[in-house]
Amino acid sequence: MSKYGDWEPVIGLEIHAQLLTKSKMFSSDSTSFGGGDNENVSPVTLGLPGALPVVNKKAVELSVKVGLALNCKIRHFSVFARKNYFYPDLPKGYQISQYDEPLAEEGFVEIYVDGQIKKIGITRAHMEEDAGKSTHHGDFTLINLNRAGVPLLEIVSEPDIASPAEAAEYARTIRRILRYLEVCDGNLEEGSMRCDCNVSVRKKGTQQFGTKVELKNLNSFRFVEKALEYEIERQIMVIESGEKVIQETRLYDSAKNRTHSMRSKEEAHDYRYFPDPDLLPVQISENWIQEIKSSLPELPIYRARRFQEEFKIPEYDAFVLTQEKDIADYFEEVAEQSGNPKAASNWVMVELLREIKESKKEISNVKIQPKQLAQLIKMIDSKQISGKIAKTVFAEMWERGQDPQFIVKEKGLVQISDPSSIEKMVEEVLSSSPQQVKQYREGKKKVFGYFVGQVMKATKGQANPELVNKILKEKLGD
Amino acid sequence: MDFTSKEAHEIKDLLVKGEVSSQEVIQFFLQRIEDKDPKINAFITVNKEGALKRAQKLDQLKEKKGKLFGIPIAIKDMLCTKGLRTTAGSKILENFIPPYTATVVKRLEEEGAIVIGKANQDEFAMGSSNETSYFGPSKNPWNFEYVPGGSSGGSAAAVSARMAPLSIGTDTGGSIRQPAHFCGVVGVKPTYGRVSRYGVIAFASSLDQVGPFSLSVKDSALVLEVICGWDANDSTTAKAPVSEWSQNLSADLKGLKVGLPKEYFTEALSEDVRQTLDRAIEAVKQAGAHVEEVSLPLTRYAVPIYYIIATSEASSNLARYDGVRFGFRADFSREPARDLVDFYSRTRGEGFGTEVKRRIILGTHALSSGYYDAYYKKACQVRFLLREDFSKAFEKCDVLMSPVATTSAFKLGERIHDPLTMYTNDIYTTSSNLAGLPSMSVPVELNSEGLPVGVQISASHFEEQKMLNVAFSLEKAFNFKAKRPKDV
Repeated sequence: MSKYGDWEPVIGLEIHAQLLTKSKMFSSDSTSFGGGDNENVSPVTLGLPGALPVVNKKAVELSVKVGLALNCKIRHFSVFARKNYFYPDLPKGYQISQYDEPLAEEGFVEIYVDGQIKKIGITRAHMEEDAGKSTHHGDFTLINLNRAGVPLLEIVSEPDIASPAEAAEYARTIRRILRYLEVCDGNLEEGSMRCDCNVSVRKKGTQQFGTKVELKNLNSFRFVEKALEYEIERQIMVIESGEKVIQETRLYDSAKNRTHSMRSKEEAHDYRYFPDPDLLPVQISENWIQEIKSSLPELPIYRARRFQEEFKIPEYDAFVLTQEKDIADYFEEVAEQSGNPKAASNWVMVELLREIKESKKEISNVKIQPKQLAQLIKMIDSKQISGKIAKTVFAEMWERGQDPQFIVKEKGLVQISDPSSIEKMVEEVLSSSPQQVKQYREGKKKVFGYFVGQVMKATKGQANPELVNKILKEKLGD
Repeated sequence: MDFTSKEAHEIKDLLVKGEVSSQEVIQFFLQRIEDKDPKINAFITVNKEGALKRAQKLDQLKEKKGKLFGIPIAIKDMLCTKGLRTTAGSKILENFIPPYTATVVKRLEEEGAIVIGKANQDEFAMGSSNETSYFGPSKNPWNFEYVPGGSSGGSAAAVSARMAPLSIGTDTGGSIRQPAHFCGVVGVKPTYGRVSRYGVIAFASSLDQVGPFSLSVKDSALVLEVICGWDANDSTTAKAPVSEWSQNLSADLKGLKVGLPKEYFTEALSEDVRQTLDRAIEAVKQAGAHVEEVSLPLTRYAVPIYYIIATSEASSNLARYDGVRFGFRADFSREPARDLVDFYSRTRGEGFGTEVKRRIILGTHALSSGYYDAYYKKACQVRFLLREDFSKAFEKCDVLMSPVATTSAFKLGERIHDPLTMYTNDIYTTSSNLAGLPSMSVPVELNSEGLPVGVQISASHFEEQKMLNVAFSLEKAFNFKAKRPKDV
């Protein structure tokens, strides 16, 4: 029984990804801005009379990459169209976008939900330019056109998404793919990736879609999920109270966790799309497509599957380790060099990711090299150090980036595996604790832990725990 | 020295040889403008200081070279010129000073040309008589009561009145060829894609093309050599090679097939235009050409589809004139804008003239949902078929010869209140724009009223040389360039 009773939500996402190009979609203006407003604005960006757009080839290449990674058909001829509307931060009075002949169509992406793989259809992915930014100050508005003309790829999903959690996971998956492909940094907070959700509800078992509402202003995956939760409940309530859902755009207010209508009255937009006569159709040869295809990296979901099989690590571990390409690369190197993938997985997932999270570092800035972490694992496996000592060594490595051997040597942390010296320690401990020995012999076996602790304490944790156990038992006459 | 009877390339030769100085030449033409333009109004802005400064610089050069070295040239006010006001003939750009220069002007200057001023035109090139200019109409130098044609009327009048040996116009549906015909000068619209539109204020992007006006065919050919060619800033420019057309002119038309589109010879054609065309046909036959009738069955759709496509594109191209970043903004000091829509409608309502508004509304309608398929899309389909018509015609002939317009120049005020009559004036010229063909007007003779009559020659894509040769042959046969308006 689902949480929505007789109702089921139908969700589709429109994701705008800012492509990582040096220059804008249709001009040579830079896409990176320092402090100044309106600093990257040539006549083209300003929409001055007579200025003309020229397509950025790199943006097309990155878009094809995404199209292929999303299993889309790539059009050999795709057309740029003008989307006409007036707004002060839209310099030309139209946005150059793609309409009925987009770059990529009819794809799918596999996402991982509730331990299973689900296919979400991709309707299309098309290129377009971003608008500028307006900031309102009482009775005037300031416009910054640095952003205007920055290349975007809009990825539109089929309405295949069945729950808010699924929607968030879909968005995360897309983000992961974009980052794997190195075409977008996927930063929702800064707006380099934006998610708009289309959502409607319908009675279970019916085929027809309900009236859809578009949700905007969702700048985290959590908000995607929460806004959808709220909106689905709202729509169900509206219908159950005998009213009708209005087709509209609603903004999510994360502080209040609710959505509200963006426009007070419904404005019918007629964008008067038509092919941009300033631009020829984008021609993409089969050769170019094949070239790009061969340069695609292994995508996260397939990499996770391979990790599971190759390294015999649990599905969940493989999933976590493949979230980010550089972490997956890191893990794979540690796994291979240490010869112990399970340990590699634990160290990367538990220790490394925790430190990264706490320090808010990027993995590229981490001082421990994969090779060094592999050495540490080898030292444990060869019993040179205990797991416990290894954690101390790891902390040192994290701070200083030195080889584990060096740290172990410098700090004198080598494991004591010499039976005669452990025997000596054990004897000392036993002779200084007659009462406990008595208790043990009377059957209070719990005291054993106390002896181990004392030996470890005396050796600063360096004694080989297995040997300590063995010798203790011998001496206690077990 | 009197430069009014000299062609541009002749003046250039004098300059290169050092027989005259650039300053002498520029001062001569600036004086002509001062004397003649008050009556003709061919210029919106005269670049007196800039031109003199540049002439001084050219005179100081040791090596005097460049295909247009020291030649004054009038530029239609549709082309952006850095630091020099560029209005498109509109109030909305009355005080617009571009921060950049159009590729065409750059190329002209690289070959030594001097921008002498910005020529008058219909507002945003929308008009066939120059009467929609916010800066008042330009007059026909042959008779000041007549229009110079449009939209590049100022550019045609400037050359016709010898205020500049050369000028630049733009042609979207006949805006170079018709004024050339009305003013008795040579005017060429090259193949679409030959000339960069970068920095050219857009009217209808898929139709607009820049071209020259001159007294002689050779001069126009020379300007074409300079302005044609691929430009990285305009994706619609072609990589086709640019030849030395001015050097390869030949009046011998032996073996050339000239086609006469039978659909063009209708009752709408006035007697004087028909007679001149007949004589021109005789002349090309004399020059060795074979003349035969061809058919362009879709001709009658050219004007309607032209006005749908041109206005559709214009409605979008002119959206940028919103008073936000540049250009005219309505005065909101007394009555603040109620909202954004009010801001836009007052600015655009006051900034644009009647004809421009009419076309924006037409184009907006043609693109709007529910009408797109019936108008814009259908027009594009017919446009494709029209191109095929021309391809078939060019299987039978090398060039087409036809009237430029149904009549010679008409009187000021005669048609301005009747847009439909004005639009049908474009009946012979719009097809070339729709099909992207090179097309030109060459003056042939004066009619009984003393007004010039020209003929139109069109060729297949990138076949400018064939077209220019026919014009060159007609120039030889009629020597119209020796004639000049008596009042100037």
